[in-house]
Amino acid sequence: MTKQITIPLYTELLEGFSHSDENATDDTLQKIRRAGFENFKKSGFPTRRDEDWKYTTISSFLQEQYHINGIAKELTASAELISEAIVPSLDAYQLVLVNGKLQPHNNNFPGFIKIIPISEAVIQDDVRQHFAGNSTVASGHFAALNTALFSNGLFIEISANAAIDKPLHIVHAFTSATNVFIQPRHLFVVHQGAELNVIETIVSENSLAKIFVNSLTEVIVEENASFNHYVLQTAKTGVRLVNQTDVKQKRHSVYSNYTFCMPKADLIRNNLNVALNAEQTETHLYGLYLGEDQQLIDNHSLIHHKFPHCNSNEIYKGVLLDKATGVFNGKVFVNPEAQKTNAFQQNNNLLLSNNATINTKPQLEIFADDVKCSHGATVGQLSKEAMFYLQSRGIGEEAARALLVNAFAFDVTEKIKIPELEQYINHLIALHIPGNKN
Amino acid sequence: MLTIKNLNARVEDKQILKGINLKVNAGEVHAIMGPNGSGKSSLASVLAGRDNYEVLEGEVDLDGKDLLEMSPEDRAREGVFMAFQYPIEIPGVSNINFLRTALNEIRAYRKLPQLDAKQFLKLSKERQKLVEFDAKLVNRSLNEGFSGGEKKRNEIFQLAMLEPKLCVLDETDSGLDIDALRIVSNGVNKLRSKDNAFILITHYQRLLEYIVPDFVHVLYDGRIIKSGTKELALELEEKGYDWLKESFREQPV
Ligand SMILES: Nc1ncnc2c1ncn2[C@@H]1O[C@H](COP(=O)(O)OP(=O)(O)OP(=O)(O)O)[C@@H](O)[C@H]1O
Ligand SMILES: [Mg+2]
Repeated sequence: MTKQITIPLYTELLEGFSHSDENATDDTLQKIRRAGFENFKKSGFPTRRDEDWKYTTISSFLQEQYHINGIAKELTASAELISEAIVPSLDAYQLVLVNGKLQPHNNNFPGFIKIIPISEAVIQDDVRQHFAGNSTVASGHFAALNTALFSNGLFIEISANAAIDKPLHIVHAFTSATNVFIQPRHLFVVHQGAELNVIETIVSENSLAKIFVNSLTEVIVEENASFNHYVLQTAKTGVRLVNQTDVKQKRHSVYSNYTFCMPKADLIRNNLNVALNAEQTETHLYGLYLGEDQQLIDNHSLIHHKFPHCNSNEIYKGVLLDKATGVFNGKVFVNPEAQKTNAFQQNNNLLLSNNATINTKPQLEIFADDVKCSHGATVGQLSKEAMFYLQSRGIGEEAARALLVNAFAFDVTEKIKIPELEQYINHLIALHIPGNKN
Repeated sequence: MLTIKNLNARVEDKQILKGINLKVNAGEVHAIMGPNGSGKSSLASVLAGRDNYEVLEGEVDLDGKDLLEMSPEDRAREGVFMAFQYPIEIPGVSNINFLRTALNEIRAYRKLPQLDAKQFLKLSKERQKLVEFDAKLVNRSLNEGFSGGEKKRNEIFQLAMLEPKLCVLDETDSGLDIDALRIVSNGVNKLRSKDNAFILITHYQRLLEYIVPDFVHVLYDGRIIKSGTKELALELEEKGYDWLKESFREQPV
């Protein structure tokens, strides 16, 4: 903890917490927040000595004087910024959050979907059972800090056996004129037999002010339920994003996460943790990261097989340009009880510049004997042969490169179940290939 | 149309082409034959602009333009098409998307209007028919999982779509079954015109029964050591290459 004190943010957080603690209105929530804060004080911000933060020196993103409350909350985002999140020709329900705060919206949502601010939800007993699960708080660092001091966010619940007819598109806009530290908190509960499709898009302007977002989302997928969860991170310069998603799956449930990290943000660090808390679950984690300039994109994931007969499948693909750095760490834990587990993991990277870096580490820890598990990681460049083939048909170098990068990403993009979104992602990829910059 | 003068080229440290001279006029079909490793594919590669070949000496002129100065894509846009001996697989790039991109880039270069989706589809259907190319293959990833023969037929389908003026077919007949050989040859014959020309690289006289060449050349050790008419191919079929190699060796180099 000694080192923490030297950064201005740490003092700000201490003061912020004692202020919010004094004004707490709900006892149980206050207990949860205190536990979170104690945990944070013990663990502090991660350093490079933490195995999970070995390649991401977070301290260099925490040096600024950040404000943890105040101005940022009150701002509204420009219509222009919100429109950047629009997926062309996609028909979806839309929600907008600015700096984590839910904006007024029309009430055309089906009755079986409940949408309220997280602050209202967590004081309800039936919600609280799902909130701040042990593992989340215990993991310390950013998750504990978020629990201690989160302010805004969403609670979304879909009733048993209901199915959403079109995707729910949640636009997370971040904007600020001064350095801020924002801590949104969200909770999705997909009840038994229900089916939910969500697209979350993160947008920001190129910002001179530093915007640090420490976001935490909990996801509960109940028995026989299914959740397609798309996360599209398109924040720009000035934004530092630490984004944790904790998923708990019940029997016969299906959870599919699609994470797309696009260029520009200073830092993206995703922690995606999936706990398979019952038998016969199915989990898909698809990721695509595109790094540019000096960007650092770090994807950590953990799939924890605790029961027999569960399937998990993970494919992450990275394309790194310029001086960008990518980090992939994929943990798959298989408990001794989790017989008949199928766990498949793959991470492929394309380095399009000599100065780009990738650190990739599959980490399988398997304690059951009757399982099928595999993993693989590759790092490569564009095939010269393929480039020549395309060029020999009249396709210019840039267009050829864009075609091949799209093709590289295909294993992931083809998994997108919303055609408009797939098209949009392919368009974004082509936009960022060298020479195609707009 | 095409004039090659004293073309010398090497790959890595090995000189492969050792002074090729060849003139191809519009409307003509030339066959190039020769033993394995003699440099036939290398010649095609140099014409198409593969960058691991270094041209040491010589000129290649395509209708008054210096081909060797151009990028591979500009050569294609100027009308050079090479059907690869070993077409590669490119998973994730759809055949049809690839062709639309290629055709529209070529048209843009030639200052022709872009084809819209409907026009492109119409053209694609028409050319599929012309070369009897399976519609199912059109929508798959480029050559991915195609059989050897299907890959070769895809090369010819691409040729039909892009309408080049100089077509170099590198052993397109190898790997085709008897019916496919006839179909592909018919396609090529339909595509022949007074404005385009074909160079057929082949080991087999059989192809030349379907697509009758105006000239037959023998490439050996990086040089054209004999040229003749279609009867030369028959003679080679009968006698092999040894008699030519011997007479060639006797010549002072
Ligand atoms: N990248 C390379 N590095 C070294 N040698 C090469 C390379 N590419 C081709 N060669 C050599 O160049 C020579 C000519 O090869 P090429 O493929 O042009 O022959 P070919 O006449 O087309 O033969 P085939 O009838 O077998 O297709 C061969 O000896 C081959 O090994
Ligand atoms: Mg060859």
